Amino acid sequence: MSTESRLASPRSHPWMALSAPGVIDDMLDYIGVSSVEALFEQIPADHRRKTPLTLPPALTSEMELKRDLVTRLKKNENCEDNLSFLGAGVWQHHVPAIVDEIVGRTEFATNVWGSYQSDHGRNQTWFEFSSQLGALLNLDVVQLPVYSWGCASGHAIRMAAKITGRRKVLVPQFSDPERLSVIRTYCQPQEMDSAIEVVLVAADPTSGRLDLNDLNAKLGPDVAAVYLENPAYLGTIETDAADIAKRARAAGAETIVGVDPISLGVMTAPGDYGADIVTGPVQPLGVHMHCGGGAGGFIASRDEETYVRSYNGFLVSIAETREPGQHAFGLACPHQNSYGMREDGNDWTGNSTYLWAIAGAVYMSLLGPDGFAEVGRLIVSRARYASKLLGEVPGVRIVWPNTQFKEFVVNFDDTGKRVAEINDALRAHGIFGGKDISGEGLGLGQSALYCVTEVHSAADIRRLADTLKEVLS
Amino acid sequence: MSRVPDFHAAKWDEPVIMEMGRPGGRGQIFPAPENEVIDSVGDDLIPAAMARKDRPKLPEITEFEAQRHYLHLSQMTLGMMGISLFGTCTMKYNSKTSEFATLRPELSEVHPYQHEDTLQGVLGIMHEFDGILRSLSGMDQFIFQAGGGADAAYTMTALARAYWRDRGMLGQRTEMVTSAQSHPCNPATAAAAGFKVINLPLEENGYPSLDALKAAVSDKTALIMLNNPDDMGIYNPEIKEWVRVAKEAGALCFYDHANFNGVMGKLSARELGFDACMFMLHKTFGAPKAGGGPAVGAFGCSNDLAPYLPTPVVVKDGGRYRLDEDRPKSAGKVREYWGNVPQVVKAYAWARGMGAEGIQLASDISVVANNYMDKRLSEIPGLAISNPDVKAHRMEMTRWSLGPLAEETGIGTVDFANRMADYGIDPWWMSHEPWIVPEPFTPEAGELWSKEDIDLWIDVIAKIAEEARTDPETVKTAPHNQAVAQVKGDVFEDPSKWAMTWRAYQRKIVGSGKTERGAA
Repeated sequence: MSTESRLASPRSHPWMALSAPGVIDDMLDYIGVSSVEALFEQIPADHRRKTPLTLPPALTSEMELKRDLVTRLKKNENCEDNLSFLGAGVWQHHVPAIVDEIVGRTEFATNVWGSYQSDHGRNQTWFEFSSQLGALLNLDVVQLPVYSWGCASGHAIRMAAKITGRRKVLVPQFSDPERLSVIRTYCQPQEMDSAIEVVLVAADPTSGRLDLNDLNAKLGPDVAAVYLENPAYLGTIETDAADIAKRARAAGAETIVGVDPISLGVMTAPGDYGADIVTGPVQPLGVHMHCGGGAGGFIASRDEETYVRSYNGFLVSIAETREPGQHAFGLACPHQNSYGMREDGNDWTGNSTYLWAIAGAVYMSLLGPDGFAEVGRLIVSRARYASKLLGEVPGVRIVWPNTQFKEFVVNFDDTGKRVAEINDALRAHGIFGGKDISGEGLGLGQSALYCVTEVHSAADIRRLADTLKEVLS
Repeated sequence: MSRVPDFHAAKWDEPVIMEMGRPGGRGQIFPAPENEVIDSVGDDLIPAAMARKDRPKLPEITEFEAQRHYLHLSQMTLGMMGISLFGTCTMKYNSKTSEFATLRPELSEVHPYQHEDTLQGVLGIMHEFDGILRSLSGMDQFIFQAGGGADAAYTMTALARAYWRDRGMLGQRTEMVTSAQSHPCNPATAAAAGFKVINLPLEENGYPSLDALKAAVSDKTALIMLNNPDDMGIYNPEIKEWVRVAKEAGALCFYDHANFNGVMGKLSARELGFDACMFMLHKTFGAPKAGGGPAVGAFGCSNDLAPYLPTPVVVKDGGRYRLDEDRPKSAGKVREYWGNVPQVVKAYAWARGMGAEGIQLASDISVVANNYMDKRLSEIPGLAISNPDVKAHRMEMTRWSLGPLAEETGIGTVDFANRMADYGIDPWWMSHEPWIVPEPFTPEAGELWSKEDIDLWIDVIAKIAEEARTDPETVKTAPHNQAVAQVKGDVFEDPSKWAMTWRAYQRKIVGSGKTERGAA
């Protein structure tokens, strides 16, 4: 797009008040220098860049800029126009309109940080995020979310290592490779003195759940934590979670459980089956997929000082004010993070995903206990229905039928076709098939991880099954 | 002297959401499963061992009540709708054009595992923006996976591990060298990555000496991590020599471009010799900060380091964009997926909206505005500039101290921050740790604010300085015109009183009768 015009004249920029004619000159006069250049006296001449800055032409009018953005973005296909069954850490859930309104409020969206009083409303919203999530988890401490679920789990494992003084973590063999990669990064290469060894616990091939014999064999006195997810990466429900937590405790290890918060209207709260530290994604709580940019991860625990003192980020506590009977909110234990203690703080913190705490607060308040029960029941029913219909397609096998929450593994070995081919064919029909997990080294052959949520109607599911039949025939 | 506004914040005396509603109240209803679903699979589908028996203690309110409650809370958030000259964070206008564009389903309802053919629009934007950052920095490849500036610093430390591991020297290259005044994320991420941190002390001129650097770097140094200019507004003129010395010792050199605003278009990290750098898109590039993220630390490096980058990397093959996951030397991921994509799109939009000329003008403006502020602030008795021996004009922000005023009146920087809000001015940024001047504050005007805004901001500071002398009690007990009175901090370090959730508050405070506020 060319913006050149012979008629163009210099104008002040809509985003820069001081670009209006004459203002800078007045300010330079006041400062007492003759040129802007004189103010850059600290930078030696040979530090200045030699190559000229060449960028694409400016689109200073909002009209042109909008057109450029929309034209480019329209080259994407999306999950509203297509029927998508992708999940695996980013899921298509319904986002209530009120959530979009509130997270779009400029007071919330733009600012960085004020004081406990000037930004009281945001601090209260943050506290309400933690309070409502705490009610779903049955836990008393919830930290504001970190970058992602994988990052939350990485921090949680490091917390456990610090608390126990041990340097090994047991994680499921059937782990999401994205999250596992992040966890490995957080635990460092084994050559580092402070590394935490990541040891995989085998899965029971008949159920997809943790193999308790292998767990027992690996659960020694050097293990800081057992990490499991419920529902797990491949959608299975870990019915032995309480038993696993008991075994971990007996071995002096922490139990860290990753949970999908949208399941907690129908699934037992992890605080009730022995989880010591709980992590999970915030994206299901009213955040769009945003091409993965909706990720965020929470960390929660019981209110015991050992745990509280090992968090890396922001803990918002209710507090009193100078006005009797009034409450407000502020940061508990602010000195233990990296802002307070640099390299001696707990891991590190910085800008994170706090806008999604606001989304989550609004979302949870809209659903309430009945909404969570309804959405959980709807998801599990439709997911189960989908697995049943797909299992009836010739050559298609559901690897662990009747055990999943919203995701399940579909195996295509008997069709003689690769998942990639099948997904290409589905896409031609406007359907995004499940995530291809054939290359993940899970030993599950040509398999895809399908995700079904409340947004998928029975008709959508029939359309998937019918189309699959067609493309496989 | 500006007219100081007669301001009062909205004060709704809003209950905590956990106190609201009524049994059976609903804000969101989902359909029941269709009959064909129930007929096919039944309804009682969660295994008994995992089926929830208790009812989560969540509020039960209507849709409108939720909307109204959170609108009230947004109204009780000053949130830069005053004047925020919040140094180190470079407050900018966040274009609603790009906000609305990224909320369209063409981006918001896109899944990162979609086939690349369906992602050509967003991949194209990311590739184009990578090119813009390459032009600004001289680096060869950018990625956007890091969820903030600190996460980009962590990316650097992970990359350094992979780099030295690849050379079989991870056991030897165990140290990271930085300045005592670098952003805390640099030493913190290096320590979390397993490196020993060496902080170089500052000299009178505001930065560590070259001799101190020479004494610190050795064949044990894995990397150095630097900001320049620093938060004092001082530019280290020896930085090229620093990079040369560090590289001579074999170390990798990382430029934390957190303070890029004053040098945009004027410096090239690569021309200065750095191997890698990072830009904060939620700060310098006009994407919103969102009260602490989602943010993006765009990480860029030379071709020599590119093989170690976390995956995926957006690449262009012919006319088609794709995500390159096949990088065997990769340091691994620092976060799932490929970044806070909407924020990258907003940063792209900012760069296009500004253009090369606009970006250079913005850096000029930010330095002019800061020097204007410095001169005006220097005329207020009781304020002291940091590093007074440095006579040169500062860059885009300056560290100031209320030390003399605090000695005279007992009023310090926290008191000021609290009082500023009474005039509708957003509280200022004080300083990162460690505080190297007493009672610090760090203003930064950037290119957003008008001269009238800056003048009003300074007039309010002058007024509070006057109040500190004439009516210190009012300042000490501020704020008085806010949604809530001054928060008492005694609970924050007290395990018997802190309460991070309503459940904890009910159990510890209400249950034990430690407050006059009744239980819900």
